[in-house]
Amino acid sequence: MPLFDEKSLERLEKEIERWEREVVPQWLKRLPERMEEFTTLSGIPVKRVYTPLDLRGFDYMEKLGLPGEYPYTRGIHATMYRARIWTMRMFSGYGGPEETNQRLKYLIKHGETGLSLAFDYPTLIGLDPDDPMARGEVGIVGVSVPTVVDMEVIFRDINLGEVTTNMTINPPAPVLLSFYVAVAEKQGVPYHKIGGTTQNDPLKEFIAQKSYVFPPEPAVKIAMDLVEWSIRNLPKWNPISISGYHIREAGATAVQELAFTLADGIEYVRQLRARGMDVDEFAPRLSFFFDAHINFFEEIAKFRAARRMWARIMREWFGARKARSMWLRFHTQTAGVSLTAQQPWLNIVRTAIEALAAVLGGTQSLHTNAFDEPFRVPSELAAKIALRTQQVIAYETGVADVIDPLGGSYYVEWLTDEMEERAWRIIERIERMGGMLEAVKKGYPQREVTEASYQFQREVEEGKRLIVGVNIFREEDEEEIRKVPLLEFDQEEIERRQVERVRRVREARDRARWERALSELRRAAERGENLMPYILGAVKAYATLGEIMGTLKGVYGTYVEPPIY
Amino acid sequence: MSSPPSTSGKRVKVLVAKLGIDGHDRGAKVIARALRDAGFEVVYTGIRQTPMQVAMAAVQEDVDVIGVSMLSGAHMSHMRELMKRLEELGASDIPVVLGGTIPIPDIEPLKRIGVREVFLPGTSLREIVEHVRRLAEEKRALEREILGQ
Repeated sequence: MPLFDEKSLERLEKEIERWEREVVPQWLKRLPERMEEFTTLSGIPVKRVYTPLDLRGFDYMEKLGLPGEYPYTRGIHATMYRARIWTMRMFSGYGGPEETNQRLKYLIKHGETGLSLAFDYPTLIGLDPDDPMARGEVGIVGVSVPTVVDMEVIFRDINLGEVTTNMTINPPAPVLLSFYVAVAEKQGVPYHKIGGTTQNDPLKEFIAQKSYVFPPEPAVKIAMDLVEWSIRNLPKWNPISISGYHIREAGATAVQELAFTLADGIEYVRQLRARGMDVDEFAPRLSFFFDAHINFFEEIAKFRAARRMWARIMREWFGARKARSMWLRFHTQTAGVSLTAQQPWLNIVRTAIEALAAVLGGTQSLHTNAFDEPFRVPSELAAKIALRTQQVIAYETGVADVIDPLGGSYYVEWLTDEMEERAWRIIERIERMGGMLEAVKKGYPQREVTEASYQFQREVEEGKRLIVGVNIFREEDEEEIRKVPLLEFDQEEIERRQVERVRRVREARDRARWERALSELRRAAERGENLMPYILGAVKAYATLGEIMGTLKGVYGTYVEPPIY
Repeated sequence: MSSPPSTSGKRVKVLVAKLGIDGHDRGAKVIARALRDAGFEVVYTGIRQTPMQVAMAAVQEDVDVIGVSMLSGAHMSHMRELMKRLEELGASDIPVVLGGTIPIPDIEPLKRIGVREVFLPGTSLREIVEHVRRLAEEKRALEREILGQ
């Protein structure tokens, strides 16, 4: 049933014609508009004003439904934030496990409601701190975790049965999850109480984040091993977080972020079904991760379109029956790339606006960036301000009191439809290539992202995209930059400590048991078995991250990207 | 592109490199593209390069300028190592510039070890292109002087 009857629309059409003929030109003569054409960050042209005419034939129940009901455009729960505020989950970690344990406790003390670990580069690509490639990189962008012992220190005085933890980790995800499970076991926490998320999304590594290790096929296989094992053993774990965030940060438009992320999800659903799993068995545990950029309404439209599209995909393409299988549950992070080194305090404002878009878009959890991140991982104060920003939005503004308050806005509904339509066209193209794994092997999304990022930079250069402090309201001599109090830590000392610790672990372990565990892992990889039980076994025998990843590299090889630009 | 990029005839050649194991390649690729569009010859070596690999590539490719992109925070140790390797290879005359997430207090120490310029996020492509062009011309002028032309 269309929302507006044809007769009223015809009347409105005449009114708009009159307005455009008689009223608008007079105003334009007196006050010309700021630009010839207005577009969103994705380059979607937007009109002066939106009316019911832009929603001709709009069927409310088909497009929106009610909160907690198909197609979930308005939200996946019937009560949303009226019942429970989104999870405030701050991505954090630096130095060694001791520093990170302190930071986690600091954030919990100030009201953070979920944990999220940032790992350093060596950990992200599966190297031990004494690997030659790790030199100078240990503990800088996140915490160094080469062994189960490090994981234990990170969660000192934190009960893993009472918190949920996100781990932003990809090729080594099975190893880090095994560390976490082993620590939980040691704390006496039963498997059914272990909650959290492993990012474990290999496709976007090739598209954007570039912390790949194995070639695409085995990378996907290993990730799906983790998903399958987790579904059967850890009922509260989200084994995968299908991520648009990095794709967007690497330069994609909002439309591309939406399309590529859902196409990645489609690929994973097919991979899991090919293992003989029922869609309603695993789909409720799939989760997503998006960027909240600065073009406010476009982001809100993106989140709403994503929910509706995923519900359709799951029900109509894959025959899901459970409501939970159709829910697009997602985490959001504000846009790191929107932050500026110039006049850095303004980043607090940008982050607040982006966080508001995420909330109005119905996110399940949220990370807000700290204003000092164009320079380094955040200081305590900067991280606290970022967390407090969420608390202001949640408890002062009233935006959490009504579900999907922008639903029904002519503009937002039109833009939601437009984003959806444009994303479907990209998904269809990927489908014709044989799905995202094939598209990635052909380099298609990689090229698209590279192209879009250059396009954006040129628009900034030409003044078509304005950034305060960068190409408008610049300050030539910036005293303020020098006043940002940055996080200080002795990286060299931390690296020495981490190298020493991993060596001590290697010396102290039962050598025969360790050797057996790694050779069992290698044989399992050669036979194509699910690797999770073997990796967990190796972790418990104190095999290090680098040793486990090294064993797997021996079987699967490593990926080298052709350097295209 | 229209105008010849250098006064000395041969096209300016720039090596764009990612040092260390950081995968953030958006900036490197955008810069590589901008330099190419400005008429330079660009060699992009891809991610996960060691200082030794970058120094050798610079010498083998006989480049005029090296542009390094780093968002990992590991710039102090990697840049120190790169400058050392260039010296060992007798290539200290190749000017090196750095761009990325660099804390302000690190800029002076980086310049002291020989990094010619540090570009923070938000620097315009035009500014980077012009800077690279100037460094290349200085290097070539110096070479001509040495060769007594």
